[in-house]
Amino acid sequence: MLASLARVVAVTLKEMIQLKRDRFTFGMILGIPVMQLLLFGYAINADPKQLPTALVSRDPGQVERSIVGALERSGYFRVVAQVTGEPEVERLIAAGDVAFVVTIPDGFTRDLLKGERAQILIEADATDPAATSNAVAALNQLPRSALRHDLPALATEPAFDVVIHRRYNPEGLTAYNIVPGLLGVILTMTMVLMTSLAVTRETERGTMENLLAMPLRPAEVMAGKILPYIVIGYAQVGVVLVAARYLFAVPMLGSLGLLTLALLAFLLANLAVGLTFSAIARNQLQAMQMTFFFFLPSMLLSGFMFPFRGMPGWAQGIGEVLPLTHFLRIVRGILLKGNGAIEIWPEVWPLLAFAAIAWTVAILRYRRTLD
Amino acid sequence: MSDLAIDVEGLTKRFGARTVVDNVSLKIPAGEVWGFLGPNGSGKTTTIRMLCGLLKPDGGHGTCLGLDILTQAEAIKRQVGYMTQRFSFYEDLTVRENLDFVARLYALPNRREQVERTMQRVGLSDRRSQLAGSLSGGWKQRLALAACMMHAPKLLLLDEPTAGVDPQARREFWEQIHALAREGVTVLVSTHYMDEAERCDRIAYIAYGKLLAVGTVEEVVAGARLSTWVATGPGRDKIATMLAKAPGIGTAVFGPSLHVSSADPAALRRAIEPLMGDPHVTWRETTASLEDVFIHLIQDATVAQAKEAQDRAA
Repeated sequence: MLASLARVVAVTLKEMIQLKRDRFTFGMILGIPVMQLLLFGYAINADPKQLPTALVSRDPGQVERSIVGALERSGYFRVVAQVTGEPEVERLIAAGDVAFVVTIPDGFTRDLLKGERAQILIEADATDPAATSNAVAALNQLPRSALRHDLPALATEPAFDVVIHRRYNPEGLTAYNIVPGLLGVILTMTMVLMTSLAVTRETERGTMENLLAMPLRPAEVMAGKILPYIVIGYAQVGVVLVAARYLFAVPMLGSLGLLTLALLAFLLANLAVGLTFSAIARNQLQAMQMTFFFFLPSMLLSGFMFPFRGMPGWAQGIGEVLPLTHFLRIVRGILLKGNGAIEIWPEVWPLLAFAAIAWTVAILRYRRTLD
Repeated sequence: MSDLAIDVEGLTKRFGARTVVDNVSLKIPAGEVWGFLGPNGSGKTTTIRMLCGLLKPDGGHGTCLGLDILTQAEAIKRQVGYMTQRFSFYEDLTVRENLDFVARLYALPNRREQVERTMQRVGLSDRRSQLAGSLSGGWKQRLALAACMMHAPKLLLLDEPTAGVDPQARREFWEQIHALAREGVTVLVSTHYMDEAERCDRIAYIAYGKLLAVGTVEEVVAGARLSTWVATGPGRDKIATMLAKAPGIGTAVFGPSLHVSSADPAALRRAIEPLMGDPHVTWRETTASLEDVFIHLIQDATVAQAKEAQDRAA
């Protein structure tokens, strides 16, 4: 019994020595909980406020000002644009620049004063239903509260109707948002993990020395390594899209050809991250840990799991760097909103910029010789 | 191209503060088989890696097959076959798949036939579909040699190719090496086996990163000017223990006998004379073997190294 305990202690001590030697793993063991604490504690907020709102006012005046004031006092809306034309409205909501468009129609004040059923229209970008649902719920109070202070005479119950259009996702189905988003999450995970493991495996097994001794250029090794994963990536895309279409009936309004092109930029960005990790990691375990370190903020800060606009500025700043953030906007834009090349370009160039920088780092880090 | 396959001067490599290869110069004529010997960690692998362009030397210069090792590493890689110390082909690929991969990398013409011919030549045809990982040590070594020879290199750099391989396989391996040398291939092979050293045209001996001896086996043995005695009999272990601390004297047990060597014959005599009275041991003088010489070289180098470290510390 005592001898057995001594043997257990021997193994434990050996394990601790090994852990101490592998500084990187040790750092990760401490670093990942700290990152989780920071992200879950400070960055995530399922109840986003101050959502950007466009105002289409065809009936300017005291009533309009009262309604806008009431919207902003609710905390959920922040009017960022005054627009007049329909095309401008479409552009703003398609690009995701605003989450809501509030339209106060012509003759609203007149209808209100006559006691006829006056209506205002609120269009919500419902591609991510969770991001706008609390704001929509807050609208219930609007007809009662909006005019109470400024025009108490009119504040009979309820003074007017609020017509809500959930654009792109009228039933508010979460699957419309999650399933296309999952495409990006799956690709991030496989591309980064598979490439980082593929190269680290060569180093770990000693086959890299042999490869380098043969007439192979680093760029050739890299290209050969990532090509299979691009094919695998597209196969995954196919599976998810088929499931999205036939199991979840996700709308596919835009061009799949355009999506395929945008995917390439996204794949290249993630593959470069994988290669960079593989050039830094000394073994496959480290490569996996680095992948996790990249994957966690991608999941949490990209707008996949929690509304992007609910996060504080610093978290949004990190989110804007991550490829997944931009890809989510692209894929939701193309599938749900029917966006074209012009609408998605503002999300494509950050992907390309990320890919360019990540590739430069990967190529610089890749060891041409063994020293 | 000169008739030197390897011609390097003052090769030096440092890893941090440690000098792993210290001012090594080698001139290896084309078509010769050279043995590269020295204790573990003496810098053999690092030297070989610098020769084939895997490592950049921190000092020194020279050519490999007439190509500059500093600037023409790519061209050198195409004409050199390098066999790593550790098996470094793909264990999860079959024999044929591994060879096919290498053939593609070198863009060999008539790839399929080349691979077939290579497998036949080294006797791997029957094992073509076997995963490399499931081969025994000897067969792995054959596969590795076959793979690094397939592109008909003019220079083979073999890093301990026969470590852990049985004597039969080693013998066959060496027959192949000599066959290649007859075709004009230059071979530099590192090894720890004395019998293999004796199969080489010339040997180079390195310890603590410094090249200590170069030449034929006879030249190296003669150059050491060792005086060697053999003590045979049951008392030899006691003698070995007694002489272990004696400065400048090296001992090595060979079966029932003990070799005692020193570069200073007078000192050696003084050390062993008191022991000659032991009736359980018979003494006779002999010529030093290669192993005696190596042991002597290591001991000298260790003393020199310790002194150097002491000087640095002081």
